[in-house]
Formats: sequence, structure tokens, C-alpha cells
Amino acid sequence: MTTTMQGQVALVTGASRGIGKAIAEQLVAQGVKVVGTATSDKGAAAISDYLGADGEGMQLNVTDADSVAKVLSSIDEKYGQLDILVNNAGITKDNLLMRLKDDDWDAVLDTNLKSVYRICKAVMRGMMKRRHGRIINISSVVGTTGNPGQTNYCAAKAGLVGFTKALAQEIAARGITVNCVSPGFIDTDMTKSLTDDQKQAIFANIPAARLGNPEEVAAAVVFLASPGAAYITGETIHVNGGLAMV
Amino acid sequence: MSTIEERVKKIIIEQLGVKEEEVKHEASFENDLGADSLDTVELVMALEEEFETEIPDEEAEKIKTVQAAIDYVTNHAND
Ligand SMILES: NC(=O)c1ccc[n+]([C@@H]2O[C@H](COP(=O)([O-])OP(=O)(O)OC[C@H]3O[C@@H](n4cnc5c(N)ncnc54)[C@H](OP(=O)(O)O)[C@@H]3O)[C@@H](O)[C@H]2O)c1
Repeated sequence: MTTTMQGQVALVTGASRGIGKAIAEQLVAQGVKVVGTATSDKGAAAISDYLGADGEGMQLNVTDADSVAKVLSSIDEKYGQLDILVNNAGITKDNLLMRLKDDDWDAVLDTNLKSVYRICKAVMRGMMKRRHGRIINISSVVGTTGNPGQTNYCAAKAGLVGFTKALAQEIAARGITVNCVSPGFIDTDMTKSLTDDQKQAIFANIPAARLGNPEEVAAAVVFLASPGAAYITGETIHVNGGLAMV
Repeated sequence: MSTIEERVKKIIIEQLGVKEEEVKHEASFENDLGADSLDTVELVMALEEEFETEIPDEEAEKIKTVQAAIDYVTNHAND
């Protein structure tokens, strides 16, 4: 067993900002070659800038199978076989169920859940052949606890946990682990839209009494990607300041 | 060069870790050769690579015995 991640190749979806950016930066710091993605070419260029020589930004829409295939084949050509896949890209489109539009249900399920099915399936062959791979899916605390106004998002994030456990069982004997990291309330664009009142109400339920930082989520991802985590699979690591203990 | 049959059998022996004499034509991968469903998927992947072809999922699901594998490749061989 190798003890470093030096020279491994990772794909981090949604690495233009927030949690994905922190994950990409920390993987690069471990000597991993990282491809991070954004939905726009401009976003991809910004990722190339912050990753420097050890990685690259690419444009990706996780809801588009052709776009996924294109990115995976560029990675294969430029960097070789993928060792680590971090499915981080995600969106919210909140509304009470009675007001929720079909389009908003579909967009959230497609971007947060079906995308993971799509990308995992596409990387399976390479990882199976090499008897090595790390897949880390970013779920959410609300997938476990529920949250009013987020039936779509909670369904998608809880779905990821079930998907992760099932796939983990299918491929554990091939040296591939599949796990989730489930963040609580993290200080990113996704939580910027919360009002002060909402934040106060949330803090009242967080024993740590603050939002988490993207880096604190990234640290759990890096651990799961590391050689030391080889025997952990189908698991969810919660990073939520004590908000929900499961 | 080896025949298709020899090449198919060689892959089965390698992929499933079985002995040559076990690889009888009528042998079923899962019932006789100890493969699980994922082993069978990997076997099909190995056949695809050896014979540089893509086996569609509907066809792959039918390849359950040594004979079925030999037949598929024979019928779809490019040369
Ligand atoms: N922030 C939290 O409190 C929190 C809590 C629990 C779970 N999470 C989860 O953590 C992950 C990251 O969240 P974040 O807060 O860092 O989000 P964020 O700051 O809103 O960033 C979202 C990322 O996903 C990308 N993205 C969006 N739609 C995409 C698509 N169709 N195809 C490809 N990429 C797409 C975005 O790319 P562009 O920049 O190009 O738009 C961006 O890089 C998400 O899965 C989220 O659900 C977050």
C-alpha cells in the first residue's frame, strides 16, 4: 500500500467556489493532480489560475452526459487514470412543496443526484480494472434531518447516501471505496442568502455556535481519499458542528 | 495466431481464476465457475478489450456460459 497521494489524479466537480474549491486546494496540497470544474469557461479559467501547475479547470455541466464524457476523456488524455472522484457540484431551488415547480424538482434531482449516478458509472470501468479508486459524494445534513422548503434537495441528498451504500457494496472487493461527506451549515454562496434572523435561528441549534468553513469539510474529504481510509466504505462523515449527531 | 476459442478461454481462465479443464463449453460462469455478477461484468470488459469491440448491455447479459462467449465473439469478429 502506498502511503501518499502524491501523483494521484482527482476530479472535483463544482470547484469554482465554496466547498469544492477548498477540496481542490487541499488535494493539490497533498500532491494530487486536480481537475476542478465550473459551469462556465470563465469559471474554469479561474480554477486553472488558483490551482497553478498542479491542476486545471475544465468546463462541465453535470446534467449533460456528453459534457461528462468530454471531461473524463480529457482527463484521461492529459493526466491518465482517475484515482479520486469528488462529486461536489450541487444546487438548491427551495420552495414549500405546495409551491414547488416540477422544473425545480427536476433540476435539483438531476444536478445533485442523477449527476452522481452518471459520473460514477462513467469512471467505473477504469477504477475496476485498476482495483483502485476513491469516490466521495457531498451530501448534506438536511438529507438526514429534513428541512422545510427543501423537499427536492433533501430527497436528492438522502438519495446520495443510499446510492453510496449500494455502490460501496458492489465494488468494495475491487479496492474502490465510496463514501459521503455530509456538511451542516457552511459559509459559502449557498448559505449567503440566509437572512440574519434565519442565521440566528440556525446558530441556536448548532452546539459549535457558528457556521463551518469550507476547509473543515475539505479536510474530511481529503481523509477519505487518503490511503489511511482504505477500509472505510459506504460511510457518511458528518461535518456539522454538532447540529445533528447520527 | 490462436483461435477465437483459445483466446476466449484464456481470458476466462485469467479473469475468473479457474483451471483450464474447468472451462467446458457448457460451463456457466456463475453456476459452475464461481463468478459473481460483477465478475461477469469484468469478464465482458476483458472480452471487449481483447477483441476490440463494444458489447451492448442487452447482449452482455446473455453471455452467461463459455459457449455463449465464444459464439458472441465468433459472430461479431471483425476479421
Ligand atoms: N454550503 C452549505 O452550507 C452546504 C451544506 C450542505 C451541503 N452542501 C453541498 O456542498 C456542495 C458544495 O456546496 P457549496 O456551498 O460550495 O456550493 P456553491 O458555493 O453554490 O458552489 C456550487 C458549485 O457547483 C457548481 N455547479 C452548479 N451547477 C452545476 C452543474 N449543473 N454542473 C456542474 N457544476 C455545477 C458551481 O459551478 P459555477 O460556479 O460554475 O456555478 C459551483 O462550483 C453542494 O453539493 C452542496 O449541496 C453545502
